[in-house]
Amino acid sequence: MSRKLLIDKAHIAGIETFEVYRKEGGYQAAEKALKTMTPDEVTEEVKKSGLKGRGGAGFPMGMKWSFLAKPEGVPRYLVCNADESEPGTFKDRFLMEKVPHIFIEGLIISSYALGANTCYIYIRGEYAWIAKILERTIAEAKANGFLGKNILGKGFDLEIYVHRGAGAYICGEETALLESLEGKRGNPRMKPPFPAVKGLYGCPTVVNNVESLTAVVPIINLGGSEYAKIGTEKSTGTKLISASGNINKPGVYEIELGISVEDFVMSYEYCGGIKNGKKLKACVPGGSSVPILPHDLLFKTAKGDTRLMSYESMSDGGFATGSMIGSGGFIVYDEDQCIVENTYNFTRFYRHESCGQCSPCREGTGWMEKVLHRLDNGNGKIEDIDLLWDIQRKIEGNTICPLGDAAAWPVAAAIRHFREEFEWHVTHPKEAMERNYGLRKNIFVAPASA
Amino acid sequence: MAKVTIDGHLIEVPDGTTILNAARMMGDQHPETMQNVPPAMCYYSKLGESGGKCRTCLVQVTKGSEKDPRPMPKLVASCRTTVMDGMEVQNKLSAQVQEARKGVVEMLLINHPLDCPVCDQAGECHLQDLGYEHGAQKTRYEFDRRTFEMENIGDKIKLHMNRCILCYRCVFTANQITDGRVHGVINRGDHAEISTFIHQAIDNDFSGNVIDVCPVGALTDKTFRFKSRVWNTKPYNAHRDCKHEKCNGNVAVWMAGNNILRVTARKDKWGEVENFICNECRFDKKELKDWIIEGPREMDRHSVNSNTQYVHLAKEKVLKPSETFAVLHPYNGDDK
Ligand SMILES: Cc1cc2nc3c(=O)[nH]c(=O)nc-3n(C[C@H](O)[C@H](O)[C@H](O)COP(=O)(O)O)c2cc1C
Ligand code: SF4
Ligand code: SF4
Ligand code: FES
Repeated sequence: MSRKLLIDKAHIAGIETFEVYRKEGGYQAAEKALKTMTPDEVTEEVKKSGLKGRGGAGFPMGMKWSFLAKPEGVPRYLVCNADESEPGTFKDRFLMEKVPHIFIEGLIISSYALGANTCYIYIRGEYAWIAKILERTIAEAKANGFLGKNILGKGFDLEIYVHRGAGAYICGEETALLESLEGKRGNPRMKPPFPAVKGLYGCPTVVNNVESLTAVVPIINLGGSEYAKIGTEKSTGTKLISASGNINKPGVYEIELGISVEDFVMSYEYCGGIKNGKKLKACVPGGSSVPILPHDLLFKTAKGDTRLMSYESMSDGGFATGSMIGSGGFIVYDEDQCIVENTYNFTRFYRHESCGQCSPCREGTGWMEKVLHRLDNGNGKIEDIDLLWDIQRKIEGNTICPLGDAAAWPVAAAIRHFREEFEWHVTHPKEAMERNYGLRKNIFVAPASA
Repeated sequence: MAKVTIDGHLIEVPDGTTILNAARMMGDQHPETMQNVPPAMCYYSKLGESGGKCRTCLVQVTKGSEKDPRPMPKLVASCRTTVMDGMEVQNKLSAQVQEARKGVVEMLLINHPLDCPVCDQAGECHLQDLGYEHGAQKTRYEFDRRTFEMENIGDKIKLHMNRCILCYRCVFTANQITDGRVHGVINRGDHAEISTFIHQAIDNDFSGNVIDVCPVGALTDKTFRFKSRVWNTKPYNAHRDCKHEKCNGNVAVWMAGNNILRVTARKDKWGEVENFICNECRFDKKELKDWIIEGPREMDRHSVNSNTQYVHLAKEKVLKPSETFAVLHPYNGDDK
């Protein structure tokens, strides 16, 4: 059994209540931090832990915290990104729903370290019931003296507010999130300035993912250096992976970073192998934005090394033969699944979710969707494949925020690894349609002439 | 001060200047470098927060600064990137920039109606210029173009959303120049549109300025629509004693014969207004007696009028308005 630090107590009955969580050792980290450590010491432990942001980009959290500007007399904010809208990703949901107190404890310690007296949880609108859970949890923590004024008698004040978004993926991008939180249209901001200098209401702000901020609890409990011993040298700690697709046991797993991908997919402890005895075809290992990997590059890297569930191993080979851990949205495809259809589906999502500020993303995502729709429906042309390649290339790197890249990468990777399947869709439209939709009769057989 | 090289030309500019503005300053000082100034479809120096959106002004930074000479990994929006001392920038010289810009222009055009023949902006449209310089001969887009209903924003302004490139200039203008913004962007992605909420009229003294900042024909002046092609009118600087506290009454009047067909703000060579004008000057003062005519205007490079040698001719002969073209028959289209 690999070690669990975040959701280890999720199975305990009543763990969502303050009483049980406390009895199980909860809020000890908050006590330790507030009573025995200075804010800078907490930050130091987080740095030592080597924790990389769990929201997708994998930026070292301690480093992000140390960039926070601290001008006198200006409030600082901690904003927790609970927008979780990346297709395939549902780990924060599990964490917040099942073990909300460890999450709130993480926010308390992090706010303390950053000197923030106000913390916002920006939660996706569809998680309405979780927003309620969190509000209840916050009230409980407050009633027990872990929130509010003069926490634990240490002179530290903190209020946590839950803010529900309106269901836009783009509001997970940290600066769009801040705009939305301020009550504006959720358009990503131009950077610089970065939120660490000018964030919420123009004040220094740290934005981190739910899981990243929760991980501060075990980091304080164990100490940063102890935490860093878990996982691999460059990918420390544990990570929540939300596994879905054609596997026997879809769900949220906490893994020690550095276990092998094969183990994760095939072992009974995790995904339990491919469903219905089918063959593995491909995998999107880190949420819809990251490049898809064909089966032959999933368990082994191009160099022939065992591929591990770690930041460095997953990205080994760059985009040519690797991918990314991303947000931990692990989607597995069996031999029956259609890559063209899947790519179309993802692209439809990005087209729908683009904020529309910059021309390449606004227009390019719509264009790709139309071309993919045509290919998926058996009306594609062989030139469409190169056209798609060219469109995604014109988007990537030329936009304001990474949504443009996130829309381009899945298309690029699908063509890179599955070009023959795209070609097959063009040359065998009937068979492709039949495989995907079973609609051959309805669509391709001309009605008997009257 | 910072020294920056753009396409091989060196210029020294104050700290905090953007690459685009540095290029413009260079263009001002050395007219032969005008062609190195990146095109800007969304940035507007008079509007805070503008820029960064259209991506036509992308450039390549081949050297970050004297201190940190590493090149920047991606192309950057020159309108939102400030110069560093020792920075080296490529615009015309960079094949990557030219290719990316071509891509951006293609994106801007795939859903554009290309209805230039019946568009009032034709002849002074920045998208036309851009398409001419960077566009492809042939479209690769084989789908229906996105369409919207035309909308009246009040009784003087027509919104032709099909032509909009979502540069947000009009939104910033309404936000920053008028009191009480009522229009903005609704929806998102390629279905985003400029609108008032919901179909409200815009009613304030400065609303007409959104027409002047619009780089395309999405916002047009209903008092001028289809009266004449712009290149058949002659612009004169004119002024009047405007009582509006925020308007100085300095405008350009666009004439055919003795008729004033249109009044706009005066635009500089980057296509930006010199000063915003009030709606009374713009929409209600169309008589010769309303204005003191100063003389023919130097044309900004985005107007076809600048290429007709009108300025030189006019300067030599000091034409009077009545000596220029006769009135053209106004178009009586049904879509006013
Ligand atoms: C389009 C887009 C959507 C994003 N959505 C999320 C999200 O739902 N949750 C999240 O934590 N980070 C999301 N991110 C990443 C955030 O911008 C930001 O990097 C992250 O919240 C930082 O937290 P971390 O360092 O703890 O990972 C998104 C980024 C982009 C570009
Ligand atoms: S890349 Fe897309 S989502 Fe991001 S700012 Fe540009 S248009 Fe908006
Ligand atoms: S209407 Fe004109 S000014 Fe307004 S966003 Fe569209 S193109 Fe820009
Ligand atoms: S002018 Fe710079 S991005 Fe539009």
